[in-house]
Amino acid sequence: MTIAMSPRNRRRLIVNNVMLTATFLCAAITVSSLFLILAYLLKNGAQSVDLNFFTQLPKSPGELGGGMANAIVGSATIVALASAIGLPIGFLAGVYLAEFSPKSLGFLIRYTADLLNGVPSIVIGIFAWGLIVHNMHHFSALAGGFALSLMLIPITARGTEQFLLEVPRTMREGALALGAPMWVTIATVIVPAARKGIMTSMILGVARISGETAPLLFTALGNQYWATSLNEPTASLPVMIFTHATAPYDDWHRQAWAAGLVLLGLVFIANILARTIVSRGASLPK
Amino acid sequence: MATPAADMRPKYKKALIGGDELAKAFTFLFAALILVVTAMLVAELWRTSSPAKEKFGIGFLTSQLWNPVTDEYGALPFIYGTILTSTLALVIAVPLGVGAAIYLSELALPRVSNALTFLVELLAAVPSVIFGLLAIFTLVPAMRDYVQPALQKIFSFQPMAPFFDGPTFGVGYLTAGIILAVMTFPFIISVSREALMAVPREQREAALALGATKWESTWQIVLPYAKLGILGSIFLGLARALGETMAVTMVIGNSEAIHQSIISPGYTIAAVIANNFAEASGKMFTSALVELGLVLFALTMLINGFAQLMIALTTNKGAKKS
Repeated sequence: MTIAMSPRNRRRLIVNNVMLTATFLCAAITVSSLFLILAYLLKNGAQSVDLNFFTQLPKSPGELGGGMANAIVGSATIVALASAIGLPIGFLAGVYLAEFSPKSLGFLIRYTADLLNGVPSIVIGIFAWGLIVHNMHHFSALAGGFALSLMLIPITARGTEQFLLEVPRTMREGALALGAPMWVTIATVIVPAARKGIMTSMILGVARISGETAPLLFTALGNQYWATSLNEPTASLPVMIFTHATAPYDDWHRQAWAAGLVLLGLVFIANILARTIVSRGASLPK
Repeated sequence: MATPAADMRPKYKKALIGGDELAKAFTFLFAALILVVTAMLVAELWRTSSPAKEKFGIGFLTSQLWNPVTDEYGALPFIYGTILTSTLALVIAVPLGVGAAIYLSELALPRVSNALTFLVELLAAVPSVIFGLLAIFTLVPAMRDYVQPALQKIFSFQPMAPFFDGPTFGVGYLTAGIILAVMTFPFIISVSREALMAVPREQREAALALGATKWESTWQIVLPYAKLGILGSIFLGLARALGETMAVTMVIGNSEAIHQSIISPGYTIAAVIANNFAEASGKMFTSALVELGLVLFALTMLINGFAQLMIALTTNKGAKKS
């Protein structure tokens, strides 16, 4: 079909096509950065992820080889500690926010939780240092776990709240109509109905804190050897990546790439796992 | 005497009803913990930074001196570096992020849009130390050998030249800004997309029915409608960029002075804390670093609060009209 087009309309059409193509390019560039990150990590880290990486202690500068076994165990310890503190507190706070809170108090707690969630992680580190390291006079896994739990609490609380509120009213009313008191309704009907969503937000929260470095720099510090108790400086994968990448030794750089690949792998697996749980159940909160 | 069952029921029921009060009080303890911990955080920052606050007063914010030997501290180079790197990040991330959000909400098929959004959310989950690792070994050499010399050549005329002056180290404000941009656009994309999708269909249909092109409808009708939400997403990204520590620490170059050139090494608040806090000896040094933390805290809280407000406003607006 050929219709004579005025110059003005032709210009409008060109602008339309150019700008729409530009938005496509924006999306392409932003999404491709993810693949670039993955490709670089695989290229530089894949050949260094071997058995030694998981079973050996780091070697001192100059010596070749070694691994990050202590950092893997250390990270697991610190994250487990943070989860043990943060998940129950966050969950119960979320139940309160969704089910019991009066309007104004609920608003205040909700707002504070969002505020805490937005605190820069390095500032959380200062707080944990002042509260624990400064008073106990040494760096420890305990302090690191506490710092990370502070980041986990608001994420879990808000996630739990969101998913509890998504449970249909009718389920609540049904249980109450059968004569169940509120707390029985919550424990046996509402929470089970929202459990997929709650688990998702917990997994995402734990994945997020396990990659955090800044709060550990002056709480758990780091350690070239095994930590024998929760009360001493403890190595962690993120801090190891930082110290190894910024040190001037080539073999340390190789180890840093391997650690980066392992850490990113774990974070991505957790994220994909969490999101597939949700896609079979509720919808993800925003 | 009544049957055991009839006897049991009221007591049993009463205990269960009493359980409601108990459950409320119990969960409240944990919710209140959020308030307590946040208050303690602010109090702790305020208390530990008081020696520095007393010694330097308001001059702390405007002094350029940073000397641990003589115990003289000023925050200006770090505040400057924090704001400059975040601004550079936004200059790059806003057009890219909003453009991508427009594509995802207006053009892409729902299935494509959801798949790409999933990838963008994965990008948001990448730990910042990994961005730093990649930046040190890939971005920094590329900046040093290609980008910075090229920028100097392009902007060799007045009055732009001083902004691209100096030796090319690879590290510096601009490198930090680029890596921050990659870390912020996932947030800008997912929140902006949400705001754009909240715009009622009728708005688009009315514009198209009047003969507007797809772009004209998007640019003149949809974007203004979602303006506040997009602005909110930008401020959310800004708050993240201001507080971001690891990636910036690894590429900022650690120079405790103010430089006009954006390719020069610099410093940010978060980076100076990360590099010095663990080894800080002396009460005044620690106190000054904590005061920097307090400044950063105040800055991010201000911007975050603003962002939340704007996002809440658009979401309500969208909900009311649709």
